Amino acid sequence: MVKQTPKPLVLSNARIIDPARNLDAPGAVIMADGIILEAGPEALNQGAPEGATLMDCKGAVAAPGLIDMCVSVGEPGAEHRETFASASNAAASSGITTIVTMPDSDPVIDDPALVDFILRRARDNACVNVKPMAALTKGLEGQDMTEIGLLQEAGAVAFTNGHKSIRNAQIMRRMMTYARDFDALIVHHTEDPDLAGGTMNAGLNASWKGLSGVPREAEIIMLERDLRLVAMSRSRYHANMISTADSADVIRIGKDKGLDITAGVSINHLTHNENDIGAYRTFFKMSPPLRDEDDRQAMIAALANGTIDILVSNHDPQDVETKRHPWAEAEDGASGLETLLAAALRLYHSDDIDLLRLLTTMTINPAKRLGLASGRLEKGAPADVMVFDPDLPWVLQKADIKSRSKNSPFEDARFSGRVLHTIVAGKTVYTYD
Amino acid sequence: MISMSDTDTHRGTPFPHRHLLGIEGLQPHEILGLLDRAEEAVEVSRKVEKKKSVLSGRTQINLFFEASTRTQSSFELAGKRLGADVMNMAVSSSSVKKGETLIDTAATLNAMHPDLLVVRHHAAGAVHLLARKVGCSVINAGDGPHEHPTQALLDALTIRRHKGKISRLVVAICGDILHSRVARSNIILLNALGARVRVIAPSTLLPSRIEQMGVEVYRDMNEGLKGADIVMMLRLQRERMNGAFIPSVREYFRFYGLDREKLSHANEDALVMHPGPMNRGVEIDPEVADGPQSLIREQVEMGVAVRMAVLEALSEHLPNQ
Repeated sequence: MVKQTPKPLVLSNARIIDPARNLDAPGAVIMADGIILEAGPEALNQGAPEGATLMDCKGAVAAPGLIDMCVSVGEPGAEHRETFASASNAAASSGITTIVTMPDSDPVIDDPALVDFILRRARDNACVNVKPMAALTKGLEGQDMTEIGLLQEAGAVAFTNGHKSIRNAQIMRRMMTYARDFDALIVHHTEDPDLAGGTMNAGLNASWKGLSGVPREAEIIMLERDLRLVAMSRSRYHANMISTADSADVIRIGKDKGLDITAGVSINHLTHNENDIGAYRTFFKMSPPLRDEDDRQAMIAALANGTIDILVSNHDPQDVETKRHPWAEAEDGASGLETLLAAALRLYHSDDIDLLRLLTTMTINPAKRLGLASGRLEKGAPADVMVFDPDLPWVLQKADIKSRSKNSPFEDARFSGRVLHTIVAGKTVYTYD
Repeated sequence: MISMSDTDTHRGTPFPHRHLLGIEGLQPHEILGLLDRAEEAVEVSRKVEKKKSVLSGRTQINLFFEASTRTQSSFELAGKRLGADVMNMAVSSSSVKKGETLIDTAATLNAMHPDLLVVRHHAAGAVHLLARKVGCSVINAGDGPHEHPTQALLDALTIRRHKGKISRLVVAICGDILHSRVARSNIILLNALGARVRVIAPSTLLPSRIEQMGVEVYRDMNEGLKGADIVMMLRLQRERMNGAFIPSVREYFRFYGLDREKLSHANEDALVMHPGPMNRGVEIDPEVADGPQSLIREQVEMGVAVRMAVLEALSEHLPNQ
């Protein structure tokens, strides 16, 4: 937990964007004791609290701190790739005030004592909030369900099998059925492991490159199967990252049927396509694989129209040991925490998605789905706030990367828009200089 | 309709069935008739001279395709107290391994001319199949997850002796309902006698459409036990404990194991039952299992009595020539 600020903090002269209230207006945010006291156009009507620190935002946007719902950290087990300290610094530099961690560490987070370990390590070392997801099956092996009830009591916010799908439909059905009794959210990677079996998007590109393909159907079939099981078990379900136009259709139909489902997408699938792989550049190797331009456009449209609910970085730190290999032998995964907001703003600058909607998918939507009190600028909510200039130009230089791993697909990329201040529980944890 | 109380005597009620394959199909007065007979058997069993001669000269074969200690010995004792010649056949260890089918076994047994056949089998419906192929009376001692009628009868007898009635009692059956023949027989019997039946279990251990089986369904022990007069715990089989249906023993015990705290949500005079054998620390806390509200040991005594009653009732239909 982050220490509370001793003095109240006031953000004045800001453009307040609070997606929870559909608010986009000039105003101020007043924070004290780690919570928000007021936020909006009338916040300063009663004046600033006595002794408050005043921060003039000079017209920059003040919005709820981002909640990144899919982050691999590396701690425990791969601290050389990332620790809670380095991940949280990277997150804070992108306005992320809460990271929701994947359980695919070593050991796998499949035991209540390990959830407790994560929370204590994070309390002592992280400058942003850490909310752990626990493994859905023991050792992520897809066979035996974990102690959903006890893990939830220990502080797990959701249950996932990491970047692996549950192959056996009967096992998945039983886990969904069991999870429902605890009102637990299942977050699933939807990729049929038998059908997937490749290393990049199946198609002409893969054929010319001589690489085995991951067909779109691997994702669509698993997603369709899952939604049938959701209908049977009436459980709460989140498709972690979808990547194809047909997947978006499946989600939309499922929502129309009244299923309690949501879907996510990674920033990589909104800003890159398979052509970016170029000369076998392994920083662009990920799961699901980057698809073609039509799918990328479809993902953007689905995020804009609400079919996709949540935008994530899918931050997955990898180092030379795992990435500097021939394409097929390299690990999946791209670093993403510190570029999440800037890369997302590309969609705003290209007029694909308006700013309010874009922020909705990284604040109030994940907060609601995970039952978090943050993600909103509401009286009484945690004082997790970011201040950003949506137009400030900058370049991502490898030397500036705060994450311990440098596997960013955005190396040397030019961005418009960056975070100026990140505030967690009323305390400033990052300032751009 | 003739009004009927579950405490009126039905001792004279003739039992019109040749077999006892399940509670399903029994009329309430037939069930009560068996319970009244069992009351007498309790008296007999508590005497020094326990032997009656109603089954004298009769042959009873206990045919157990699935290992059982308490049910088999209970039937054996019941038959012997009524004067029958009782033979135990543990089939799992003999003919089945040699490839004999259930029908072959039936034909073999028929040739031995038994009068009463007590059968336990791991497959639902196996006892019904056997009953159609043999010439004697058949008693179902448990067929897969289908029925275990003498267990439900002994539970009813135990309850009635303590509460004086069955009707309008709130009975909560907790645990692995999905695989439990005890639960199915009890749901039918308790509903027939006018009790309010609840089941409490994680959804993975409930059969589909359970809410249409005459029960109120709860997934939370504390809620489900509120106002309960009887708490009936079920055994959790070992092979279901580690991840397939529930994640672990400790999680199961935490949320579904009956301990003093959870039991305190039931009525103050609630009674605790378990068909045995118990897993202490899995579905029941030792403190509760061996505590003052527990009827678990008494259930065993009632088991012998109820089985005597059933054997006696069926024997009245046996040919006498």
